[in-house]
Amino acid sequence: MSLSEHVDAARCIGFIDLGDRDLLRAALAATLVKDGDHLEAFQRAFDVFFSLRDADPETSGVADGAASTGTDAPGAAGPGASRGEGGGAGSSLSAEELASLLWRALRDADPALLRRGAADAVARYAGIEPGRPVGGTYYLYRTLRNLDLDTLEERLAQWGRDHARSSGELGERLARDDARERIAQLRQAVEREIRQRLVEDRGAATLARSLRRPLPEDVDVMHANREEMAQLQRALRPLSRKLATRLARRRRRRHRGAVDLRRTVVRSLSTGGVPLDLRFKPPRPAKPEIIVIADISGSVASFARFTLHLVHAISSQFSTVRSFVFVDGLDEVTRLFEGVDDPADAVTRINAEADVIAVDGHSDYGRALSTFHDRYAREVTRRATVLILGDARNNYHHARPEILADLAARARSLYWLNPEPRAYWDSGDSVIAQYAPYCDGVIECRTLRQLEAFVGELA
Amino acid sequence: MTSLDPRDEVARRLGLREATPLRFASPGDVRERLATREYLSDDAIASVVYLADRLAKPVLVEGPAGTGKTSLAQAVADATGARLIRLQCYEGLDESKALYEWNYRKQLLRIQAGRAEGSGPEEWSHLEEDIFAQEFLLTRPLLEAISATDPVVLLIDEVDRVELETEALLLEILSEYQVSIPELGTVRATQIPMVFLTSNNTRELSEALKRRCLYLYIGYPDVEREREIIERRVPGISTALADQVARVVRTIRSMDLKKAPSVSETLDWARTLVILGREEIGDEDTAATLHILLKYQSDIERATKELLGRPGSLA
Repeated sequence: MSLSEHVDAARCIGFIDLGDRDLLRAALAATLVKDGDHLEAFQRAFDVFFSLRDADPETSGVADGAASTGTDAPGAAGPGASRGEGGGAGSSLSAEELASLLWRALRDADPALLRRGAADAVARYAGIEPGRPVGGTYYLYRTLRNLDLDTLEERLAQWGRDHARSSGELGERLARDDARERIAQLRQAVEREIRQRLVEDRGAATLARSLRRPLPEDVDVMHANREEMAQLQRALRPLSRKLATRLARRRRRRHRGAVDLRRTVVRSLSTGGVPLDLRFKPPRPAKPEIIVIADISGSVASFARFTLHLVHAISSQFSTVRSFVFVDGLDEVTRLFEGVDDPADAVTRINAEADVIAVDGHSDYGRALSTFHDRYAREVTRRATVLILGDARNNYHHARPEILADLAARARSLYWLNPEPRAYWDSGDSVIAQYAPYCDGVIECRTLRQLEAFVGELA
Repeated sequence: MTSLDPRDEVARRLGLREATPLRFASPGDVRERLATREYLSDDAIASVVYLADRLAKPVLVEGPAGTGKTSLAQAVADATGARLIRLQCYEGLDESKALYEWNYRKQLLRIQAGRAEGSGPEEWSHLEEDIFAQEFLLTRPLLEAISATDPVVLLIDEVDRVELETEALLLEILSEYQVSIPELGTVRATQIPMVFLTSNNTRELSEALKRRCLYLYIGYPDVEREREIIERRVPGISTALADQVARVVRTIRSMDLKKAPSVSETLDWARTLVILGREEIGDEDTAATLHILLKYQSDIERATKELLGRPGSLA
């Protein structure tokens, strides 16, 4: 984020009605966030720093907004409004009353009622302890467990079916999706409420620190949790599409072909026979061959999957792509990608169909490399670039680096992508140092961003 | 102390006597006036358009295809009574297509006409001045937008299609509202135009470009807004049917498809259902008309299976 963007944001604030929280949100988003994928992170930050009680938006809204314009850094602005009557009212409802209030809110899709219900539910069930330095996940879990969302969702869907206009499978599906969406809204409302209370308890800056999450492209693939993994999956497709477009473009532009005499002469006619404007034939540069050899044992499986997906997604940029996977045995999986229009489908089939376990199912790089060498070494030529994916954690088997040396001598180049942080290399059973001398590069590749950068360089 | 109003500042740099009057009074005003042009905006869109006008900054609009990025610029032009000048970007677009070009044929003619009159050093310098005059300049969209005297909205469509190097061409216009022509000098805008850039995000745009713009992300509308759009754009549709269409489309968009249906495809589908005389959507209608929403056979099969719990019948 640059200085001029800060200036823009500050200026914006001068021209809008600060009582209007949505407008302030839009103004800051438009000036500070320049990437659609980052909007979600912005929304979270905005909720934390500009949290206020919905009960009295007029007064606290202005106070809060004004404080932050004065200091420029929104972090300095603490939550102006103290917990007012909103929280006190929370526990006055009985459990049954709360349940029926929530049911009405969900059924009628009434956002105001939903917010109130969420506030009450948090007050009643979350049991927030002041001063504890937590991000709120536990409070969320406690509240939601007590609300029993699954039953609610089922009931909603049933109600939707009973009142649906369309019958049959379609109506069924619509009712289910409707219910799911409304339950998701309730979840969000509860989450927001908890966050708000945490802000009031500990201040915005502290909470922001415990809430900070990496952007999808910066998530460490090896340690991603399930939600992050799903996010990565979603990010991968547009990413590979972007990469493919960029590469195709670069390839076409990189060199110009020979002068196209015919078209040049035609052009020159309009300038009285003087060839002012040279025309060139389109270039036809050679494309590299790619051989991917990936470790798909538990520890690095997801990383291997992402890489295979990405490489095959842009396979049009290479003359051929061949993929091999191994644990202690080795198997070629190129055929799985043939005739499939979505590499993701092929990647999911690898686990089931590849025959990669020869002995005990623990990674054995030496054994896998020698199998590869025996069967395929002849096909590694000067046109081929070999990529090896893995953490080189060899479970104390023989590393056999001499095989890698021979492969490297045959290939145009050989790279090793290691999904572990560099600091862990050569600790424990990692033998990356034995292989490194024979590689053209050993690259730390932990996030999608690093992976994309590397694959982009390759093509 | 000079005024901090960014509009006045831009106007002063351009040498204008006063800034172009504001087009919109408030975000609410944006919403209402766009709505009269059949464009339904939401809070984010209205606020960003208002701020763009207020701060005299271009807007970079991103989002999936078919969510109304281009039509936003058209609607704004309509609503403010301005002329829309559109630069469609494509790969290989260069300054001679985007900015200006010397009409060299005309220049050659002028030179050859000059030859007949005989030549000396004097004639040459005279000729040189002559052939690099406004008369021999072909204006392209960007220069046209800058030199226009009537109100204009400049739309630079699909800016992600041009190469990174070409993007730099735009920077001077976006931040200074001027174009430098080496032989002629600098052409400054005579008014502050509204500028929209759209991008389908097929590649990262440069930081320099992003920095100069306000950013607006237009995603798929929620069910509520999509229903309103359908009702407004498809004459003769009932609210119930519009609502159902919007909900089916939301469900389809939540699936893992190659290409999710855009708003315009939703409208096409709604129109089809109206023409077929349907008051509600049943399983059979869905199966028979899904190809209007989805453009890949594998997508159609997947959606049919998920929506109706049976294999696609169109295969």
